[in-house]
Amino acid sequence: MLVGLGVLALLMILSLAGVVVVGGIDVASLNAGHVVFALLASLMILSALGVILNRSPIRSALSLVVTLFLLAVTFVSLNAYVVAMLQVIVYAGAIMVLFLFVIMLLNLQEDRPAMARAGVRGAAAVVGSLFLLAAAHFVAHPLGGTQAAAALPAGFGSIEQLAENLFTRSLLAFEVTSILLLVAIVGAVVLAKRKLE
Amino acid sequence: MWIEVGIAAIKALVVILMVLSLAGVLGWVERKGSALIQDRVGANRASIFGVAAAGLVNTLMADPLKFLTKEDIIPARADRLLHTLAPCVNLFPVIVAFAALPIGDVLTIGGRVITLQAIPLNVGILYVLAMLSLGVYGVVLGGWASNDRFSLLGGIRGSAQMISYEIGMGLSVVAMVMTFGTLDLQAMVRAQGHLIGGWLPAWGILYQPLGFLIFLCCGIAESKRVPFDMPEGESELIAGYFTEYSGMKYLMFFMTDFAEVAVIAGLVTTLFFGGWQVPFLMSGGFHFPGGATLLLPQLLVVLLQVAAFMVKVLFFCWLQVLVRWTLPRLRYDQLMWFGWKGLLPLSLANVLATATIVLAIGAPV
Repeated sequence: MLVGLGVLALLMILSLAGVVVVGGIDVASLNAGHVVFALLASLMILSALGVILNRSPIRSALSLVVTLFLLAVTFVSLNAYVVAMLQVIVYAGAIMVLFLFVIMLLNLQEDRPAMARAGVRGAAAVVGSLFLLAAAHFVAHPLGGTQAAAALPAGFGSIEQLAENLFTRSLLAFEVTSILLLVAIVGAVVLAKRKLE
Repeated sequence: MWIEVGIAAIKALVVILMVLSLAGVLGWVERKGSALIQDRVGANRASIFGVAAAGLVNTLMADPLKFLTKEDIIPARADRLLHTLAPCVNLFPVIVAFAALPIGDVLTIGGRVITLQAIPLNVGILYVLAMLSLGVYGVVLGGWASNDRFSLLGGIRGSAQMISYEIGMGLSVVAMVMTFGTLDLQAMVRAQGHLIGGWLPAWGILYQPLGFLIFLCCGIAESKRVPFDMPEGESELIAGYFTEYSGMKYLMFFMTDFAEVAVIAGLVTTLFFGGWQVPFLMSGGFHFPGGATLLLPQLLVVLLQVAAFMVKVLFFCWLQVLVRWTLPRLRYDQLMWFGWKGLLPLSLANVLATATIVLAIGAPV
């Protein structure tokens, strides 16, 4: 318990340091919002570590649920209420339940030695370092550029704004995604039905 | 600033106390209601100096004490952490879901306007659906962590059922959202204060009668009660996912059931029956269609609104108890058939019809 709290405090200090260094914010002007972010980020890192360090697949999946839920809370702290709620409904509430279902039904034993094979380890190392590189790149060069926190535009994060963006600027992506999902559903039905006939 | 924090804390406390006491009282209503329907006397054993208070002593004092003092048993090869966590994970989302329901309009005290809603959220209905969708974890965890075949089967049945009926529920809410053009529950209730033709309160059920039926069916299925109580089965699955629970944890599963009944009743009231609206009661007092008015002080109006909300919620709780003790249970394949081939196409058709009408003649409010 004490060790956990110590690790949490350490992570919080590290994330606050990250806010100061990467975000370019004065130490003196750190406010409650930054502390909340540091707390959420630290908890998220801890639960994400839980996903990869737990030996039982069920506990790993549950750690992932906690991570996704904390991500939703982070969205709330960023005033993106709709995205936060959709995050909970879709990821924490539906997709992860299916993950749990599969794990429970397949009755996976603890600690399958998939990581013991050299090929798997090599592939994981390559993909992991690529991801780290990408993450480092986006931290150094944020998509919107670093800018001081501005006042939120009216209607920010509202469902009206989301819908407007979705059905004007991102209409093609939206439609393509829905076709992709339809194809996936049809494919799943075909695969599942083949054995019955 | 501290006053705002204090007000928010009081609101949160009110919600928690309201849900928990509703859950307790519903336990009593369920016992007495079942006795009424089955022509029995009902819970009447425990008494203090001969005062049984119509079974209240039995349900609200004797039983909780009994549960509290019972041994808490965790099966030998169960996952101890998850086994303990499951009832908490089950109860928590239901209680916090209630926080987004408006229990009254605004209360003005000393120039300070207080919304009678614990979380005044502009995406309130999404929040409630999100929290209800988390409820499935308690079921899954309870079933898995017990390391028992009955529990696992019950847990899988329960979660499959909850996921299936969430879809119909969400779609009936979508039709409702299109009707009112907002996701804000308080705004929805305010919109239901209009009068159609000057005399008929514009409650949601008038616009969405089919949506109401779908929502109620899905709501009862979400709370896993008869006729949708597939996760349990005395002869095949014992108590399903909470077979291996005893004492306080068992009581928590039970309270979740009743809290779910209360939340479903609150949602039905808010979406389809005008929430805290009293017919013809405006912010200044009663304005009857004939032109007669009865002016009331603001505090009394607010009290009437809160009372109206509570009465409606209690009515729908009672309706669910009535349904539970009247209908026979479905078979599991019937349950899935009803959800996927009955309610889902019906709710999709309802969404399509609503969209067409809203597009053709505009939203009603």
